[in-house]
Amino acid sequence: MTFTTVFQNIIKILTKYWDVFLIKGVSVTLALAAITVFFGAILGALLAIMKMSRLGILRAVVTAFVEVIRGTPLLLQLYIGYFIVPLMVPALEIGTFASIAVALVINSAAYVSEVIRSGIQAVDIGQTEAARSLGLNKSQTMTKVILPQAIKNILPALGNEFVTIIKETSLASTFFVGDLMTSYLVVKGQTYLAFESLIIVGVLYFVLTFVLSKLVGAYERRLKQSD
Amino acid sequence: MTDTVLIETRNLTKSFGGLQVLKGVDLQVHQGEAIAIIGPSGGGKSTFLRCLNLLETPDGGDVIFEGQKINQKGTDVDQYRQKMGMVFQHFNVFPHMTVLQNITLAPVLLKKKTPAEAEAQALSLLERIGLLDKKDEYPRKLSGGQKQRLAIVRALAMEPDVMLFDEPTSALDPEMVGEVLSVIRALVKAGMTSVIVTHEMGFAREVADRILFMADGVIVEQGVPAELLDRPRQPRTQEFLSKVL
Repeated sequence: MTFTTVFQNIIKILTKYWDVFLIKGVSVTLALAAITVFFGAILGALLAIMKMSRLGILRAVVTAFVEVIRGTPLLLQLYIGYFIVPLMVPALEIGTFASIAVALVINSAAYVSEVIRSGIQAVDIGQTEAARSLGLNKSQTMTKVILPQAIKNILPALGNEFVTIIKETSLASTFFVGDLMTSYLVVKGQTYLAFESLIIVGVLYFVLTFVLSKLVGAYERRLKQSD
Repeated sequence: MTDTVLIETRNLTKSFGGLQVLKGVDLQVHQGEAIAIIGPSGGGKSTFLRCLNLLETPDGGDVIFEGQKINQKGTDVDQYRQKMGMVFQHFNVFPHMTVLQNITLAPVLLKKKTPAEAEAQALSLLERIGLLDKKDEYPRKLSGGQKQRLAIVRALAMEPDVMLFDEPTSALDPEMVGEVLSVIRALVKAGMTSVIVTHEMGFAREVADRILFMADGVIVEQGVPAELLDRPRQPRTQEFLSKVL
């Protein structure tokens, strides 16, 4: 296997299967990551609020949940999602993609809740005191003073979470959900050219995550400037 | 200064962990009175001030504001805080809002004023402190002295009955202390009831009707400036003043 043959094989694969990688694989991976981060952020925000609640029981439940999610492998969680979710909502005849997406969302929510909580707590306590001393109540202080500042800490971190999720969705290929890694499995099965297919998928993952992290970085710098 | 008592504390106590910071503080602040609180760091000055608008919750004793005991369950603290302006050592201006928005936020949000009224008032306040040309700037463009002046008028926009100053010049570069003190001086002269925790002895002497010396969680001694600063009776006061004057 020389460099030239590998290169030629890659060209061959791309000519024949480019749509499998680019149209199907990349779009499913991006869609899965976007769904995960979007709903993960919403659920994560709820968890963060619960974690900062005055009710000890609520805090304990969230803490336990976050620890369990962070302390077990994502692949295991995906398996559980794959088997459990259809059992819990049988009426919907929920598909593999949805089951996997739900598992990813739950996983991401645990991480995002910490991102949001630390983003909020990073805002100087003096800001809360100033707002409260003017007579603002707790929720007015949160929505008008703290959150607008915390969002600057949270958004870049969410962007990075998106980049991480793009890589982690590759585990979903275990269930053939059609993501980029599934493209690899499909093309390898047809061509028996495992190495070349892997190179293609690897380059695509890298381009996706590299471009996105650069964008997040630029956005982060812009936010910093407006401080 | 009138005989009306605006704020009163009775046997106020507060501990952090095992450390008792306030050991029973009694004080009456009269309407129109300017009180300066001096004393060594860790003596309880700031904690006491922060107990007045319940930024710190006292462990025991009463805080009575305009005749109402406010440190008890079921009291709408926010409503009383609207009448007690506070200025902090580190300014705590809102960095994500323009100078104008910093001032109008609370009066508009708390329905004290319409947006137009609040803006008109903010502009006149800014003119008074010479920051009118900065109205659309964000605080990051302001110097420390300008931030603190902004923080003062932000509190004034709520038209409070009393102003609490927590070491308002301690975080400032020396050349900016004067501009902040002159704003406070003008307020006191205009009759604003003020409680000022400060290390500026000259300023305390000049503006205060009464100076309290606090150390070790109690008011050790109090009196009119000339009396307390020039003829302190307590050894603890004498010792402190001999170091700072």
